[in-house]
Amino acid sequence: MEKFDVIVVGAGPSGNAAAYTLAKAGLSVLQIERGEAPGSKNVQGAILYSDALEKLIPDFREDAPLERHIIEQRMWVLDDESFIGTHFRSDDFNKPPYNRYTIIRAKFDKWFSKKVQEAGALVITETTVKGLLRDESGKVIGVETDRADGKVYAEVVILADGVNSTLARKAGFRPELDPKHVALAVKEIHFMPKETVEQRFNIQKTEGVVIEMLGKITKGMMGTGFLYTNGDSVSIGVGCMLSDFMEQKLTPYELLEQMKAHPSIQPLVQGGEMKEYTAHLIPEGGYHAIPQVYGDGWMIVGDSGMFVNAVHREGSNLAMTTGRLAAETIIELTRAGRPMSGANLALYKERLDDSFVMKDLKKYKDMPDIFHSNNQFFTTYPELLSRSAYTMLKVDGVDKQTKEKEIFASFREKRSLFGLLGDAFKLWRAFR
Amino acid sequence: MHSVVCIKQVPDSAQIRVHPVTNTIMRQGVPAIINPYDLFALEEALRLKDRFGGKVTVISMGPPQAEIALRKALSFGADDAILVTDKSFAGADTLATSYALAATIRQIAKETPVDMVFAGKQTIDGDTAQVGPGIAKRMDLQLLTYVSRIVSVDQEKREIMVERRAEGGVQVLKTSLPCLITMLEGSNQMRFGTMPDMFRAARYEMKFWDKTAAGIEDVAKIGLKGSPTVVNKVFTPSPRSEKAEMIAVEGGAPADVAVALLAKMAVRFPVVEKELAKRA
Repeated sequence: MEKFDVIVVGAGPSGNAAAYTLAKAGLSVLQIERGEAPGSKNVQGAILYSDALEKLIPDFREDAPLERHIIEQRMWVLDDESFIGTHFRSDDFNKPPYNRYTIIRAKFDKWFSKKVQEAGALVITETTVKGLLRDESGKVIGVETDRADGKVYAEVVILADGVNSTLARKAGFRPELDPKHVALAVKEIHFMPKETVEQRFNIQKTEGVVIEMLGKITKGMMGTGFLYTNGDSVSIGVGCMLSDFMEQKLTPYELLEQMKAHPSIQPLVQGGEMKEYTAHLIPEGGYHAIPQVYGDGWMIVGDSGMFVNAVHREGSNLAMTTGRLAAETIIELTRAGRPMSGANLALYKERLDDSFVMKDLKKYKDMPDIFHSNNQFFTTYPELLSRSAYTMLKVDGVDKQTKEKEIFASFREKRSLFGLLGDAFKLWRAFR
Repeated sequence: MHSVVCIKQVPDSAQIRVHPVTNTIMRQGVPAIINPYDLFALEEALRLKDRFGGKVTVISMGPPQAEIALRKALSFGADDAILVTDKSFAGADTLATSYALAATIRQIAKETPVDMVFAGKQTIDGDTAQVGPGIAKRMDLQLLTYVSRIVSVDQEKREIMVERRAEGGVQVLKTSLPCLITMLEGSNQMRFGTMPDMFRAARYEMKFWDKTAAGIEDVAKIGLKGSPTVVNKVFTPSPRSEKAEMIAVEGGAPADVAVALLAKMAVRFPVVEKELAKRA
């Protein structure tokens, strides 16, 4: 009979963070991954936020496969022909240690898993955990895999099995995914010479640019698009709520094709060779969708616990942080000789509440609902903003005051004064 | 029953693409797998172990990263794995490879006598089907290629009976042990390893043998030096220019379809028409 201190189910960022922290502390750790290799089921934009990884592996910059450090952030609001936006570029972002990087997850996950194995965790792939083993009291005491003689035991099981988390659902720890609480995102990586990337985005060496996009590219659905620069490629993708896709009967692939054809986006990706096409679900239900994340002998981390900040497009850092906090809780209990009961593991929830993870999610707790029931933020406003900019910037002999009046009239016509005030209030409430 | 299975790590050809302009093979990012034909050999060896006991040793000659392929073989249930790896093996053709592997198997046999050597029918990257027979020749083993089924093994008499696919039928052959078998694809299906196998594979301390450990006596016979094969040119054949043609026949009665087909053939190949006329 195989028995470990901890079994971690899943080898994404949260599972790796947990397994790494635990193994590093000398606990016996088994990590089980259903994919062919750690990371083969993982998809991300992908931006790596240094802070969360630094807290695990302070010197990660020495050998992690990083693409570019981000020195410029663009926010674009698009209608069908134009975009209006802000670009923030600062040489402060050029001072090491860098704060954010673009990464290619296939390479990054391979590296991360190697770190986990070097720390001493046993990693087993191509093995699916079918269910949890419990004792008479209901305490989780291990897992059952899909292989013969597949029972493995542990003091505590960490569920890091991702957004779908069939395991958590089967165990009754979490309800079925609500299509309103989950986004479907698709992404392509287009390869082109390094020089082309640098010319198109006005960058050099390992500098990088990210563009976050909002507006008519999502056809009125709640969602966003993005474009990130890698070493010799560009990642481009778009994601919208699953319920919206179902309603609009649009496929994510069609949406991405249309987005790539946008006159402001097309020149940035043209000529590249597409080598990777991926799709993934993102849990975006926010604070209200977070289930109970601990119990007798079990804990939930990462996407499985819906830990994603959709507003700031943060997910992998929340995953790594929740994985680390879960691991630190276990380490502390183990050292104190205390059992992995629900009452003791509640310490994990306290640490979550104390961290930026829950604080940020709480701050934006109403955001998903507000945006979901007000699609004018994705259709009407982008168009109005673009038209206003066009009206103001076109030199055509009309005086500026008349133009201003024209612009204000267009806003009133589309949203009415009451609607405009209401939208402003909603936004203020969502972001406060 | 001690079986030695020879495997090779190859790029997954299903995921290889040819560069449209330069016509070169694009290997970047192509995952490495166990040569699919070798899996039939490994499974057959595991089945012999299930029936008669004994052990299965997997060997491979290749770069250090081929360890992944061997570890995978262990997770299916193989007992031991040896990676024969040495810089001096680089550039080996099938002649040099079979020399090195034969030496390795002899070394293995010093510890536990070897009853059977298994190999895949061929590899998907080289496609030569020469290494298996090369090992048999060098070790003076009976050679059975394209085996589709092991019918029986008589351990007392040290005899084995197999079915072998041959042109126009199936041969039933009997020979004495030890022998070398190359298995045909589709002859069995690789098992799903047990959880204990997964643990053993993950914890297994891989054996790395350099040329000395592998018992190589003549260094002139390994690597590039021992390889008379010269690759002149690698190219992608140009696609065929002929196009398929649909022959539409109203009503679709079989006799009408046949006549229409013959008419088409007669136009394209006049010799057919002449031949038909002669026979009519």
